[in-house]
Amino acid sequence: MEIGVCVKRVPMVGGTIVLTPDGQEVDTRMSGFTISPHEECAVEEAVRITERLGGTVSVLTLGPAVAAEQLRDALALGAGRAVLLETDGAGWGPIATAAAIADEVRRRAEAGSGYDLLLLGNEAADTGDYQVGVRVAHLLGWPCVTGIKHIEFTEGGLRAGREYRGVSETFDLSLPAVVTVKEGINLPRYPSLPGRLRAKRAQIEVYPVSPAPEGLRTQGLRVPAATRQQARIIGTGVEAVPALVGLLDELGVLS
Amino acid sequence: MTVLCLVEHESGVPIEASLRALTAARVLAAGPAPAADPALAGDAAQGGDAAQGGDAALAGDAALAGDAAQGGDAGLAGGPGLAAVVFGAGSLDAEVLGSYGVGVVHAVGPDPDPGYAPLAWARCLHSLMESVGAVAVVAAGTGRGAEVMAHLGAITGLPVAANCVSAEWDGIGVCRLVRQRWGGLLLEDAILEAPVALLTVAAEAVPPAPTPEPVPVEVRVVRPELDEADLAVMAAESAERASGASLATARVVVGGGRGVGGPEGFAPLEELAGLLGGVVGVSRVVTSEGWRPHTMQVGQTGTRITPEVYLACGISGAIQHMAGCSGAKHIIAVNKDPGAPMVSAADYAVIGDLHEVIPALVAALRERGLT
Ligand SMILES: Cc1cc2nc3c(=O)[nH]c(=O)nc-3n(C[C@H](O)[C@H](O)[C@H](O)COP(=O)(O)OP(=O)(O)OC[C@H]3O[C@@H](n4cnc5c(N)ncnc54)[C@H](O)[C@@H]3O)c2cc1C
Repeated sequence: MEIGVCVKRVPMVGGTIVLTPDGQEVDTRMSGFTISPHEECAVEEAVRITERLGGTVSVLTLGPAVAAEQLRDALALGAGRAVLLETDGAGWGPIATAAAIADEVRRRAEAGSGYDLLLLGNEAADTGDYQVGVRVAHLLGWPCVTGIKHIEFTEGGLRAGREYRGVSETFDLSLPAVVTVKEGINLPRYPSLPGRLRAKRAQIEVYPVSPAPEGLRTQGLRVPAATRQQARIIGTGVEAVPALVGLLDELGVLS
Repeated sequence: MTVLCLVEHESGVPIEASLRALTAARVLAAGPAPAADPALAGDAAQGGDAAQGGDAALAGDAALAGDAAQGGDAGLAGGPGLAAVVFGAGSLDAEVLGSYGVGVVHAVGPDPDPGYAPLAWARCLHSLMESVGAVAVVAAGTGRGAEVMAHLGAITGLPVAANCVSAEWDGIGVCRLVRQRWGGLLLEDAILEAPVALLTVAAEAVPPAPTPEPVPVEVRVVRPELDEADLAVMAAESAERASGASLATARVVVGGGRGVGGPEGFAPLEELAGLLGGVVGVSRVVTSEGWRPHTMQVGQTGTRITPEVYLACGISGAIQHMAGCSGAKHIIAVNKDPGAPMVSAADYAVIGDLHEVIPALVAALRERGLT
């Protein structure tokens, strides 16, 4: 099974989210970067599948040269090959991103070892566009399903499952296919030491890509105004318990 | 100006997220803001912060909601311009849609009723979009809404703006919108320039508001022409619904984070949740440590909760966690660290060790006779 996994480098933000003074981006000077969580699970899923069925996991990212860091993280988890679709660092829209990914998938097919399955996250943590996977599928003419939390292989295809409004639903897809997954499909492993060492030495294939303007243009970002007042401290330690009981009663949840 | 809105329903009753989408779509169906009043349009796009209501939602921009809710502008009443697209509409309550300003319902099926096949749904939207000359197609930012709109974007090559909290015209083919990023932690002001505006509406952000002047609804049955390929990916639904109190709808959620210390530490929290008729929710640290399953995770990549009370124990209040719990009516933090972001984000806080406070709370509630 040849599996491509698309990951995105996103800022790792903690207690607060700070914007650059021009309001165009998240200020990342104080924070690191990480792989968007759904995609971390996509990497884990791909590694598990190839551990069972054989094959290679190729991890792809579209981003600046420093996004190689996220590719190495994925290599440390067990991906075998890494591809950087290198941008000049400017933001890319979902249409151009999908086109660049589809080009890479075709290139791989022409090289004779095309993907049987392309995994992506359901949505990127930062931009939340919810569409790159589906657009890639259309460009390739492959079947596609999104938001998946369970994958199993069937004769000639795969069965993908998710829950929707309390009802579980499954989809049968023929291969090759595009599947976008959500966190919770598995519990990603921690990288092993040998994995880390291998990742450090691994070669990354780099293909430069150039953006195209899109119809949806960001004007600026802002942090929504806080909706809550500063908290009222109702007490310290067990001494606070009577007041806490009183509060729960007042809020109407003790009946 | 026809605006199409995909309406999802359960046994004929439109889901709330779709009513929110209709509320947003109605603004677009009313047409461009009058040229004489450009200030209004500018305001609506930028004045989100000031206008923001006390509504729990992370909604940034109440402009749309406010306008639509008051229906002050006659143009916002809906009418023939606002059309709903409904799949499997056999039992549909069309009157509810009329109360949201829908003049026409395009009822797809019943024969063939594609069931949920994302590509087939998108093809139907596409052919309707072309036949009625729609200027915008809107769906709720639900799993299905987002998926179908992504297909429609791919079919047409048009951009899709996901999770909008407001949208309005700023000229022909130009839409000025505010959308959620980072699961609602950030708002983006954006311009969507496209011959047909495709957008999803953030599932929690826009309050659903019926129009003050309900319109009569005309139901038109649509029989889609579909290829076999459009139906290749189709949902098989299990007959059973997940049972038990669900995290998403629980009235009380007792949250546990890293401070709980390990899988065994949850027993008192579970007992407390039981006494309060609620459920336990957890932070991502808890699920990634494998202490509890991901189905219990609250947050940006977990479940969004909307309880009456969220009691967050040993949770620092990282923004991705807040993305899932800020819909709680009241938040009570229990934390050792008075400087934890959760303590400032909450409405009430107890500073202390959850391993002492929670068992003592359980004991006190039992004393009051709760079981
Ligand atoms: C893109 C992205 C998406 C994410 N999505 C989510 C998500 O959906 N949900 C989510 O929760 N997180 C999410 N996270 C992770 C998030 O950033 C935090 O890492 C996580 O929420 C922290 O969990 P925590 O509060 O349990 O742990 P910590 O941040 O370690 O906080 C532990 C808290 O417990 C307190 N404490 C410790 N011991 C005790 C005690 N005995 N009594 C009382 N208090 C005690 C401490 O003072 C501290 O405040 C996401 C991260 C990223 C980058």
